[in-house]
Amino acid sequence: MTQAIAPPMTEAPPTRITRATLAKDLRLEWRSKDAINSMLFFALLVVVIFSFSFDPTAEESRRIAGGLVWVAFLFAAVVALNQTWARELRNQVLDAYRVSPAPANSLFLAKVLGNFIFVAVLEALMTPLFIVFYNLRAIGPAYQLLVVAGLGTWALVVNGTFFAAISLRTRSREIMLPLLLFPISIPALLAMVEATTSILTGEFSAKFWIVLLVAYDVVFTMASLFLFELVLHAE
Amino acid sequence: MNYLYAAYIATWVIHIAYLTSLGIRYSRVRKELEQLAKK
Amino acid sequence: MKRAFPILAILTAGLLSYALYQALVVAPTDRLQGDVYRIIYYHVPSAWTMFTFFAINFVASIVYLIRRNLKADAVAVAAAEVGVVFNTVVLVTGPLWARPVWGIWWTWDIRLTSTLVLWLIYVSYLLLRRFSAGAQMPLLAAALAVFGALDMPLVYFSIWFFRTQHPQPVVGGGGSIDPKMLQVWMLNWLAFECFGLLVFWSRYRLEVVRREVEETQALESLLEVGNSR
Repeated sequence: MTQAIAPPMTEAPPTRITRATLAKDLRLEWRSKDAINSMLFFALLVVVIFSFSFDPTAEESRRIAGGLVWVAFLFAAVVALNQTWARELRNQVLDAYRVSPAPANSLFLAKVLGNFIFVAVLEALMTPLFIVFYNLRAIGPAYQLLVVAGLGTWALVVNGTFFAAISLRTRSREIMLPLLLFPISIPALLAMVEATTSILTGEFSAKFWIVLLVAYDVVFTMASLFLFELVLHAE
Repeated sequence: MNYLYAAYIATWVIHIAYLTSLGIRYSRVRKELEQLAKK
Repeated sequence: MKRAFPILAILTAGLLSYALYQALVVAPTDRLQGDVYRIIYYHVPSAWTMFTFFAINFVASIVYLIRRNLKADAVAVAAAEVGVVFNTVVLVTGPLWARPVWGIWWTWDIRLTSTLVLWLIYVSYLLLRRFSAGAQMPLLAAALAVFGALDMPLVYFSIWFFRTQHPQPVVGGGGSIDPKMLQVWMLNWLAFECFGLLVFWSRYRLEVVRREVEETQALESLLEVGNSR
């Protein structure tokens, strides 16, 4: 008999709920390690297969690496996002959240942060592999790559967590998430890829793309926070 | 120009296809209505 | 409205035929593009009509989010479907125009690409509606519609910065357009809007009746269960 586990709710400020939920998620993941391990291996496979498929010269690789890297990150993110609510579903935790006085946003933020950390770890592991396989070297300002990675990952993860919640009530749950996520993410994906390519090739400034990513993140973080309460209480 | 006619024909093929699907759905609903009316 | 429908249908058919005649025969031939340019008499009005219906869907989705009015949701799904149909027309006629005039089927320019993204978003919207079960599907769909609407300006900005290859717009300021062409353009737009509205109305009525039937069926099965006890 599994028990619905939720952080103590009475009179707790929203940030504490967020932190508590996040800490719980990270702890559970660390203990079980099942999701992490399979995703790590998946990420590695993706990098290797991409490297087999596209074997460019060093010059060419700088132009296409941006696209390749972000497509690989996107696949890894989808795998991570699909299991966002799986544990909650298994243990009827969502019902506990629905009846509690805790604001839904705290839960959502915790989930997004957890996914962000997750995907960031995956990216951190995939990047050295890409650098090795493609002999990558940034001609433009390399520190900007971190900014792009952070903003881009947040864009994927904030919408992905929201759509994962929507997909909970659909048939073919696992395919529904990317179906919903990919079209909406197109401007962000374009920005991520273009920014990365600009920085790697050093030909253009990535500034516009970074600003666009910031705008995208702000718009969709607010939209998700605003609408998540409705989605959580649906049914 | 062939492209011109192709474009116009394609437009109406698409519209007719949708209208046909509407028609099929309509007849299905009508059948269900009749079944309900019988009860 | 139901009684007026056949008359309106005939009138619209007449309007469409007249507009087609104008587009193919009466409108003057373009100096640069020859006769192929006449595709725009279908391509552009379809695009404007598409925007009309996606706008209706957006408003209906917001109304549903605020009021939970199921009629608004019926409007939303009808408008989305009709919008996707016109969107498909735009995406098919666009390359058919681009190929003879510019020599390429496709280019990632702002109008074509944003139309494609719009199509993708709304197809995913319709798929969500189809794969969702339960009374909360309208809510989820409405949320997605809002997300899609928020996305579109960002789509535009991102592609605009990325590349532009479409010809400069000839309507409304800047660039001259033969007034005769403009007339035919507007006429076809009016014809397609009327056509679209009739199709939308049919889809809306279908949805309303379908829901009534579903409700009655559900009620029936409940009563049967009650009776069999």
